[in-house]
Amino acid sequence: MPKVKLPRKSTSVDMTAMCDVAFLLLSFFILTTKFKPAEALAVTTPKSVSTNPAEQKDVVMITMDSKGKIYFSVSDDAPEEKQTIIDEVNQQKALGLSDADKKAFIRSGSYIGVPFSQIKSYLALSSDQLQKLDKPGIPVDSANNELQVWVRAAYAAFQGSKMKLLIKGDNEAKYPSFKGVIDALKRNEIFKFQMITDPEGVPPGTALYQKNNGPSQPAAK
Amino acid sequence: MAEMDTSGGGGHKKGPGVKKSKKLSTRVDLTPMVDLGFLLITFFIFTTTMSQPTAMKLILPKDTEKPEEQNKVKESGALSLLLGKNNAVYYYEGTLAPDGSNFKSTNYKEIRNVIIDKKKSTNPEDFVVVIKPGPESTYKNTVDILDEMTINEVKRYAMVDLFPIERQMMVATEGGGPMPTAPAPAATAPAAK
Repeated sequence: MPKVKLPRKSTSVDMTAMCDVAFLLLSFFILTTKFKPAEALAVTTPKSVSTNPAEQKDVVMITMDSKGKIYFSVSDDAPEEKQTIIDEVNQQKALGLSDADKKAFIRSGSYIGVPFSQIKSYLALSSDQLQKLDKPGIPVDSANNELQVWVRAAYAAFQGSKMKLLIKGDNEAKYPSFKGVIDALKRNEIFKFQMITDPEGVPPGTALYQKNNGPSQPAAK
Repeated sequence: MAEMDTSGGGGHKKGPGVKKSKKLSTRVDLTPMVDLGFLLITFFIFTTTMSQPTAMKLILPKDTEKPEEQNKVKESGALSLLLGKNNAVYYYEGTLAPDGSNFKSTNYKEIRNVIIDKKKSTNPEDFVVVIKPGPESTYKNTVDILDEMTINEVKRYAMVDLFPIERQMMVATEGGGPMPTAPAPAATAPAAK
């Protein structure tokens, strides 16, 4: 009986289709990736179960770093408000800022991290020098709460359009600095603000979990 | 697909004396390219920040000196949470006993059960949680506790400063240093650890 001859098949696969898919996905990810802007202040925010996304426009941000120092910044899409804020603060505190100093504040990505006594030399620094500078932060103790002045100026500048006040705190920041921030807001009669957090899952079995998932879910405990 | 037609036009034959040149395959091995593609995909998947930062709303009450505007807290429905250093939580129900017998310590994992138990055992109308972050507690602790209020659907809660007696009790429980006679302005003091 003659042997059945099996035709030898090539093991090489046509990679073209796979290549197409790979690069399609690649282009998708390249286009959708939004790189985090290089943040001047390294802050690790705590987690919460809150689900509403943080505002991006017309934001007045108060940042607390890990040592509890306070920084004040305004989002870049509001240059006119920034101008108003720095003018107002300059006038009120008689800081004697030049137009160049004010420009430094209006420049994108700027933030204030010094008391009023140092602000003039602070604004004269370039952004590279700012990185290296050991910033003392804005004082928020009850005797000398300078953040209050900044917040009041911001509140006045954003009158008309709605100001979104965000607090971005580091995990390690101690409570007294947070209290200082709250005091600064309270003295300006601002009682509503938001705290930036990272999203976190709702622990199962809790009241909120049952509310989100409907009452049919059996309680875990 | 990945090759080109190089066979030339039709069945054109060269003359008998012409040597037939060997046709080189134009098929390209795409495997390295696919490798590279997937490597880059992996990179972009990992670097993409899909999760937008979220924001937690906090609405503070107005500070008032007038007693008639202040919220009254029934003793039976009150649960005080004191945030200490090194992620410790202390709590007591109602008012603090002078000898500190109802002053208990716990941690952030167990505190949920404490809140749930208290919530179950009290009239929803009267239930109120009083949050007292100590000077050694971190911002994370505060946010965690506020989050716990959301998780357990505590409708009424307040953030209050520590009383000196509570501060002393906390320091005594934590052990270590001498009792401070006044709340320490610990904003600049490094954590003793």
